[in-house]
Order: sequence, then structure tokens, then C-alpha cells
Amino acid sequence: MLESGLSIAPVPVAYQTYGRLNDDKSNAILVCHALTGDQYVAGKHPITGRLGWWNHLVGPGLTLDTDNYFIICVNVLGGCMGSYGPATIDSNTGEQYGLGFPVVTIGDMVEAQARVIDALGIEKLFCVVGGSMGGMQVLEWASRFPDRVFSAIPIAAAGRHTAQNIAFHEVGRQAIMSDPDWCDGSYAKVDKRPRQGLAVARMTAHITYLSEAAFHRKFGRMLQDSSQITYGFDAEFQVESYLRHQGSTFVDRFDANSYLYITRAMDYFDLAATNDGSLAKAFENTEVRFCVIAFTSDWLFPVSESQEVVKALNANAANVSFCEIETDKGHDSFLLDEPEFFDVLNGFLRGASKHRGLPSR
Amino acid sequence: MENEMTEDALRPVVSVPDSIRVDLQLIASLIRPGSRVLDVGCGDGSLLRYLADRRDVDGRGLEISREGVQSCLRQGLSVVQGDAEADLGNYPSGAFDYVVLSETIQATHNPLAVLRELIRIGHYALVSFPNFGHWKCRLQLLFKGRMPVTGSLPLSWHATPNIHFSTIADFVSTCNAEKISVVRRYSLNERGQPAGFWGGEPFDNLLGAQGVFLLSTSPEAAGDFIGPR
Repeated sequence: MLESGLSIAPVPVAYQTYGRLNDDKSNAILVCHALTGDQYVAGKHPITGRLGWWNHLVGPGLTLDTDNYFIICVNVLGGCMGSYGPATIDSNTGEQYGLGFPVVTIGDMVEAQARVIDALGIEKLFCVVGGSMGGMQVLEWASRFPDRVFSAIPIAAAGRHTAQNIAFHEVGRQAIMSDPDWCDGSYAKVDKRPRQGLAVARMTAHITYLSEAAFHRKFGRMLQDSSQITYGFDAEFQVESYLRHQGSTFVDRFDANSYLYITRAMDYFDLAATNDGSLAKAFENTEVRFCVIAFTSDWLFPVSESQEVVKALNANAANVSFCEIETDKGHDSFLLDEPEFFDVLNGFLRGASKHRGLPSR
Repeated sequence: MENEMTEDALRPVVSVPDSIRVDLQLIASLIRPGSRVLDVGCGDGSLLRYLADRRDVDGRGLEISREGVQSCLRQGLSVVQGDAEADLGNYPSGAFDYVVLSETIQATHNPLAVLRELIRIGHYALVSFPNFGHWKCRLQLLFKGRMPVTGSLPLSWHATPNIHFSTIADFVSTCNAEKISVVRRYSLNERGQPAGFWGGEPFDNLLGAQGVFLLSTSPEAAGDFIGPR
């Protein structure tokens, strides 16, 4: 049963695991991926051939140490990497669901993940961790299943999607929907894909993931090929060329309708609204150990939004840690090599492991 | 809430190598094992670590400096990066057994508001601060006519973060005016040893470089408390 009131069944869900579940099933860490991420956290991605998005954090001897922990990552509901989504074939019609797919929420994604955790026989997760939309899922997990989560690490996240966030998502969706090849969402039927629209959506979104300082450091006003401006509209500046590249590689691995559905799920996310208008109530008497992490230059999920979550947790005298990581790399910092960020993750996981009676690095 | 006399409390307060500051040891000795503690301005987390390791305390920190927060988190301590004056209001009343504010109140903009928050959030508050009534301060002001620079107040007037100086006598009178019970008061010399007559009254305002106060709003709590005298 979805939050929208619709019922769906069966719901295929794709997931990856790393490491080994211990005998008392107490060492499981659920990693929640972001909007355009997927379950291939570490190792070589079977489709893109690139390394997993947290390859530098998940593995033997790394922060999410697969020698000690059992790591699970589930492709979100509405996703396009094997889980139930708009690109899934509807057995009744033999066609992709497309816009016939029901609108899903972050809560629905978490419910689907909980079924996976059930199937693995895990009663209580040692930790739920994720950045951006993954962080939203972490907060939803802690709020919805406080007894099934020992510790939670929402990174670069927020208790709600802000008006500005919704606005950027709407630009992305409009770019997709105004591409003639989108065909009202039925592009698969006519063997087309709204490549241009999805690429523009990705380009816009990508700007929000960085910061002015990061753009400036990476590209400045440098030109791509020539030493002088050419008074035309080709991708003259390096930053233009970079964004076009980001857009065009994205369309090869992501489904446009999935992008619509998942961005919508994020827009609907507002933990306070679903708890009588009080974010504090979402975490009433919680016993979960929290580590909230924000990045100073993140203007998409700014520090202030994380502070709201911390305030709500403090109002419950919850066991919460909060840290602002100083960086100029913007929202995407949670995917990057940030030693200070790793130190915090290591320290928190070490402390939490000790309290849970687990070995740690 | 009852307090027991603890082992540490019976020992004279002396500096232990590789251990925490002696004033923090005194504070630690006043905290009942197994209790919930909020350390406001917890710095690098040394008190919280000590309390967690030796007194099985469920501790939380609030710290404004990034370096301090990092240090706490690296040790696996729970700490929130924030500002005592802005953030204490978020905590519910009576959420902790003890709220500690060591060597910080003199650096706050509104010490009275902070004091009220401490006593609201904790059953007990433990507050330590440099005593401006210390004889060295008095002598420097009297004979040199200069703002005191001492072992416990090492910085010049323009560089010190301390903006609200008080003496032990001032602090006692403020507590009285606020109807806050002073459960215990101690004074320590510049080396952190008990000053004067085992660190107690009289003359603590003259002999102590630092005051350490255990406060409570409930007179019963004050009556129940048994600790080092």
C-alpha cells in the first residue's frame, strides 16, 4: 500500500550486498542512494563500467568496512536499475508502465527497503546511512522504524524539500516533458527517448550540486579549444562543455520517467508535515544514535536545514552528533574525497560499534 | 536524586599525568556514575571521554569550534556543533542529570540567560569560572592599576574572550537572587589544587583562582547531595 492510497503487488526490488552478515544479524548497514545513484555502491558498475559512487568508502578496511559490516543498498522504488519503476514492464499490457506508474514517496521507498531487510532476516539495522535523497530516507527510516535502527547518519540532507529545491526539480521535469521525444511519457512504445530534455534536466541539477567556488576552481572562464572567444553559441567555455558532457552521459544510464517520479518523491518529502507539523514529533523519544553531517558550501541542502533536524532531535534529548564539514565543493561533497568527512564517519561508526558490541577498525 | 560519595571524591584532588585538568577531575568526581550529562562547551571532549570511560556516563557535548567537534567525533563521543547561547533553548527541561559549563560562562554574552538554561535542562548544573576576586587580581588592579593577567587569566584585556568577569562572591549573590541553590562550592588555586581551607569558605573568594559550583533549583536535591566537602 502506497502513501497515495494505491496498492501495488508484486514489487520487485533490486539490491546489492557487500561483506557478510554475522550470526546474530547485528552488523547490517543500509546505504541509501541519492536521486541518480543506484545500488552499485562499490566495485565496477555492471552497466556503466565505472566504479561505485562510494567505492572509496565501502570495502575491506575502509570506513564502511566490509570485513566488519554487512552492507546493503537497495535501488529505490521508482528507480531504473532493476527495482519497480516506470520502466518496468506492465504484465497486463506488455509495455512499460510509463506515466501509468503510481506516484511514490520517500516513505514508500523506505517501506520497500524494509521488505528487503525483512527478507534478509534482519530485525535491527546497525546503521542507516545516505546523502541527499539518501539522507531523506535515513531520516524517514529513523522516524518510521525507530526500533529497527540502531544508528542513523543523514548526510547533506533535510527534513523537507525546500521551495527552491522543488523549483529546480520543476525546471528539470519541464525540460523532459517539453522534449517532443518524451511522447507524454510513452517514448518506449515508439522506440524514442527524450535525450535532450533529460540532458538539460541533468545539466541544471548538476549546477546545484556544486558551488560557485568549485566551478571557479575547476573551470574559471577558461575556453575549451581556442584562446579567443569566437562570438558564437558552441560550447566555448570549458564549463559549458563539462555540463554538456554531464548531460549526455547521464541519458545513457538513466530513464527519463524515473527522473520525474523520483524528483517528485523528493518534493513531497516533509517529515514535519506528516507528523502534525512538528519535526520534533517525527523523532519522539527516539533511542536512535544520530550523526547529522552537513557541508558548509552546500546551498541545495544548506547547513541550516540540517540544524533544523538537530534542533528537533535535541528537543527529544536524542543522542545526536552534528558537524559542519568545511569545504567549498558544495552538495556533492558527500560523494567526494573529504578527509574531514571520513574522520567524522569513522569516529561515529567506531563509537556506535562499541555501543552495539561490534568490532570496528 | 541521590548522590553517593564516590571513590574519587574521597581522594585529594591531584593532577594525574595523561589525565584531564584537575578542575575537570573535581567536576567529574561530583557526577554520579551512570548518569546523563550534557557538557556545554565541551572543547576536545576530554571531560566527556573521562566520564564515559571511568563513570559510565551517557554524555553529550555542545561545542562551537570545528576543531573541538572533530576531536570529539573522532573519539566516538556524541557532540553537536553549536552555540550555547543560541542552542540551549532547544533542549527539553530536565533532560539531563547534570549540565556542565566549565570555564565558559565568563565568555558568554548573557551569562544569566545561560545559567537559567543550565538549571532548566539539568537537575544539577556544574559551573566553573575564573575568580576575579583572587588576591592576585586584586593586587594587580590595586598596585599596578592594570587589568589582571594571571596564570588562570593569561590574556591581555584586548585579547581575552572573557567578557563577563565575576568573583565567587558575585556568583553566590547571583545564585541567591535567582533562587538557585548552591549545593557545593569549591575554590581551586592556579594549579587546580584546593585553595585555602580545603577549597571551602571562608576566604575562597580571596584565595581561589577558580570557582567550581554545583547548583540545583530544587532544595531537596541540595539536601540529598553527599559529595566531597
